[in-house]
Amino acid sequence: MGVIIPAGSAGRSSVEGYDPAVHDKFFEQVSAELDQKGFLVASADDVITWARTGSLMWMTFGLACCAVEMMQASMPRYDMERFGMAPRASPRQSDLMIVAGTLTNKMAPALRKVYDQMPDPRYVLSMGSCANGGGYYHYSYSVVRGCDRIVPVDVYVPGCPPSAEALLYGLLQLQKKIRRTGSIRR
Amino acid sequence: MSLEKLQALAEKAQADFKEAIVESVIAFGELTLTVDRERIVEIMAKLKQAPYRFHQLIDVCGADYPKRALRFDVVYHLLSLTQNIRLRVKLQTDEVLPVPSIRSVYPNADWYEREAFDMYGMLFSNHPDLRRLLTDYGFQGHPLRKDFPMTGHVEVRYDEEQKRVIYEPVKLTQEYRKFDFLSPWEGAQYVLPGDEKAKV
Repeated sequence: MGVIIPAGSAGRSSVEGYDPAVHDKFFEQVSAELDQKGFLVASADDVITWARTGSLMWMTFGLACCAVEMMQASMPRYDMERFGMAPRASPRQSDLMIVAGTLTNKMAPALRKVYDQMPDPRYVLSMGSCANGGGYYHYSYSVVRGCDRIVPVDVYVPGCPPSAEALLYGLLQLQKKIRRTGSIRR
Repeated sequence: MSLEKLQALAEKAQADFKEAIVESVIAFGELTLTVDRERIVEIMAKLKQAPYRFHQLIDVCGADYPKRALRFDVVYHLLSLTQNIRLRVKLQTDEVLPVPSIRSVYPNADWYEREAFDMYGMLFSNHPDLRRLLTDYGFQGHPLRKDFPMTGHVEVRYDEEQKRVIYEPVKLTQEYRKFDFLSPWEGAQYVLPGDEKAKV
């Protein structure tokens, strides 16, 4: 083709020699099924995990400077909402907790209490060195050496702090994980 | 802040408070007055009024000198916005000698003194509510004392059986790290890793 045209733009189908219905096996199959039957068949498991990945309501648990990068990721530039993720202020409405920052001994029971209030299925993303393993404060008298001592963690994002892109990558990995290990019960 | 201004202030304070001032030092362009512990409230009250007009208490902090008989310093930082002068007032105490609280003079000293008590365990008399401020509920010890171990005594973990966060004695899974600050370009006193092969 030689010409790069952004996906979804009107020009795509007009590219000479390119027809998504012919050149993409997946699209070919989907469009054939839709053409012939008018509906799609998938296992309930797949549909449910697909729905889950598309609406990860994340709870804001900003503990330190990582929270600023977390805000950055949800702002228009990186825009987590295009993956269907929306910040929720209440643990009772959220599926995902992003532990962004240093978890101290004093905060640990509160973190666990908040985690316990989240409805299943729930996921935890540990963001930054401090949440992963204590990081800079590993030997401190007041810091928990990794938030996985308090709650089970699904994805660890390294960095001090991780960039918004790194967080977004971690979230995409989490989506992948949900799709891969998807089960109706968790 | 000019040196003359500080010198004038130091002389004026000497004249006003006389033997209550144990020592008066100007170093690095800053004036430090070491004062008598018992008279701190009176001194602070006067420093707040004209002609000193140190209307702001910036901070109350502490310092620990374990080898000294009176091991702790309580350090007060004052600022006069009208005169553009800062002043440091120090006094000495130990674990049992109470320091009169200056909350009646500067209300913001309330939390500063609680913090100092939390971190060093120095006692403030006439303080309305001398509780810990920053450390964990039920915390033992005073973390900024020199004899307090860096890792503390307890660590937390969620216990699956008891369904709550529990405290346990510290068990470090990773050893303390030893940092080497010698530069290989400025004569480190050891053979650098890999250099032993170069000699052959």
